Amino acid sequence: MDLFEYQARDLFAKHGVPVLAGEVIETPEAAREVTERLGGRAVVKAQVKVGGRGKAGGVKLASDPADAVAKADAILGMDIKGHTVHKVMLAETADIAEEYYVSFLLDRTNRTFLAMASVEGGVEIEIVAEENPDALAKIPVDANEGCTPEKAAEIVAAAKFPAEIADQVADVLQKLWTVFIKEDALLVEVNPLIKSGDGKIIALDGKVSLDENAEFRQPDHAALEDKDAANPLEAAAKAKNLNYVKLDGEVGIIGNGAGLVMSTLDVVAYAGEKHGGVKPANFLDIGGGASAEVMANGLEIILGDPDVKSVFVNVFGGITACDEVANGIVQALELLKSKGEVVSKPLVVRLDGNNAELGRKILTDANHPLVQRVDTMDGAADKAAELAAAK
Amino acid sequence: MAIFLTKESKVIVQGMTGATGMKHTKLMLADGTNIVGGVNPRKAGTNVEFDGTEVPVFGSVAEAIEKTGADVTVIFVPPKFAKDAVVEAIDAEIPLAVVITEGITVHDSASFWAHAGAKGNKTRIIGPNCPGLITPGQSNAGIIPGDITKPGRIGLVSKSGTLTYQMMYELRDLGFSSAVGIGGDPIIGTTHIDALAAFEADADTDLIVMIGEIGGDAEERAADYIKAHVTKPVVGYVAGFTAPEGKTMGHAGAIVSGSSGTAQAKKEALEAAGVQVGKTPSETARLARAILAG
Repeated sequence: MDLFEYQARDLFAKHGVPVLAGEVIETPEAAREVTERLGGRAVVKAQVKVGGRGKAGGVKLASDPADAVAKADAILGMDIKGHTVHKVMLAETADIAEEYYVSFLLDRTNRTFLAMASVEGGVEIEIVAEENPDALAKIPVDANEGCTPEKAAEIVAAAKFPAEIADQVADVLQKLWTVFIKEDALLVEVNPLIKSGDGKIIALDGKVSLDENAEFRQPDHAALEDKDAANPLEAAAKAKNLNYVKLDGEVGIIGNGAGLVMSTLDVVAYAGEKHGGVKPANFLDIGGGASAEVMANGLEIILGDPDVKSVFVNVFGGITACDEVANGIVQALELLKSKGEVVSKPLVVRLDGNNAELGRKILTDANHPLVQRVDTMDGAADKAAELAAAK
Repeated sequence: MAIFLTKESKVIVQGMTGATGMKHTKLMLADGTNIVGGVNPRKAGTNVEFDGTEVPVFGSVAEAIEKTGADVTVIFVPPKFAKDAVVEAIDAEIPLAVVITEGITVHDSASFWAHAGAKGNKTRIIGPNCPGLITPGQSNAGIIPGDITKPGRIGLVSKSGTLTYQMMYELRDLGFSSAVGIGGDPIIGTTHIDALAAFEADADTDLIVMIGEIGGDAEERAADYIKAHVTKPVVGYVAGFTAPEGKTMGHAGAIVSGSSGTAQAKKEALEAAGVQVGKTPSETARLARAILAG
């Protein structure tokens, strides 16, 4: 889960990383009072989870409280690379002498954590990495040893921070490591980390991404979720504990197992090339144990998507038996009918693996007018794409 | 022969007495796995019966090894406690730990992986978030259904559980030497490369099927390895061509970040290494068949 800048700032402050005063607001008028509190001037910053907001006009300096209201008014509602600005942060103004870069992240390739640091901050770090790779220090950090004072000094030296701020930067690095560990973060990035005119090191802008698997020991993290931004279908699926991602096609997809569902999306997209370019409408993994209830929940979400023209249920019975899945589909359709929902979209079902024959027989016997059985994945994908194209 | 797991393997189950552990211990026994014990400090000294087979419960992995000579552990412990279970297995120096658990945090996986390294990598870790591995006709350590296929000469390594099953099913008449599900998390123990190296060295494997998916660069690195070290034919499949950028697709590690981790890049890397890559699972199976038919 990626956080907004203001949420990252709050986590930094919580763990002692030096930040500037700032407050987040959602209406222009609120900018007046906040700017007064900040001493009469403020930087107005759009809160969006995408880079390049400065260039897009999402960061403005306000010279007085009335100006802050005007600037907030201009930025709120702005579209930045497809993200609508619903919140702005008003931050204390800074006297910037130098801009640096520091981060901690997961290095998947080497299966370790990594510190990255550069004295060339303030620009996109990918550009530094590409154009001047020697200016970006990359130091592995052992998950169990952590960012010790020695490790922090090693990072500072590798990135060639000036001697007069070396200790301050090392201290900030250790505090950022605390954020990384204590908050179960996958990324903690400060860009820019600045040296102010009076020689102080301050985290001016930050990016934090949190591990959603850590919910069991991070009870506060649920509140950081951006509920406004979630697609309503994704939000409804999440409320039912379903693993769902909305896409922009017409064929609704339900399957078991992440890999098989990803594969199903691809196979449907290939089949769609022959049928007017129809595409998968979603990713939905109902997992190993597909009970009737889970199937009903899944079907309810998919059938409630106005973009969906046909549905492809693709199940390989591993530990789950196909007869249970077939019963699940039949019961799910009955359940939806009993709830007064009109099911009018055709379903193509492919069952293979454990008890496939029994499962297929259950569907044949049920003889539901909307359900068609196709016994291969490729054939079923083709049929589902054809039905979606015909609608 | 086979890789990592044979009928000689003595298997213990950490988390055997939980609901998932009970269910799958029963299935593993039915597939002929030599299960010599379970681990649960609170139930140490008791026995659990599975269809007439009595399996003793030990207080620790170390005790189980001492009493039974166990050399494989299958871990079904819930995410919250999984790190401690894996660390215990590493400290007991068991040669193979298969971590089935889904939902372990990245920090916990990074921690036990670093610990394994600090202890000299005496324990091979498979997973987490994986279906385990099976050597058909010999032993099954995990949750892969034992009745899909029979012993044969194809080796399979896959990030995805259900695609493992799908591929075993597509090629069920030919059979498999071993099939290894390495898991879909951002940090995993055994990689595609480790399995490729083992299959290359395995006298009973003639062809390797490698299944990947979006996220990370494991497939690209495997492609480099194949080019340099693998002489046996390799057939590949990559899932997730239609996955949007920045969205996690079911597996915690299955995410395209910016332009990295795409299925297209992985397919191209594999093809550049001489691997035939199928567009769909069934086409992948056809490619494997054609090679084996000579």
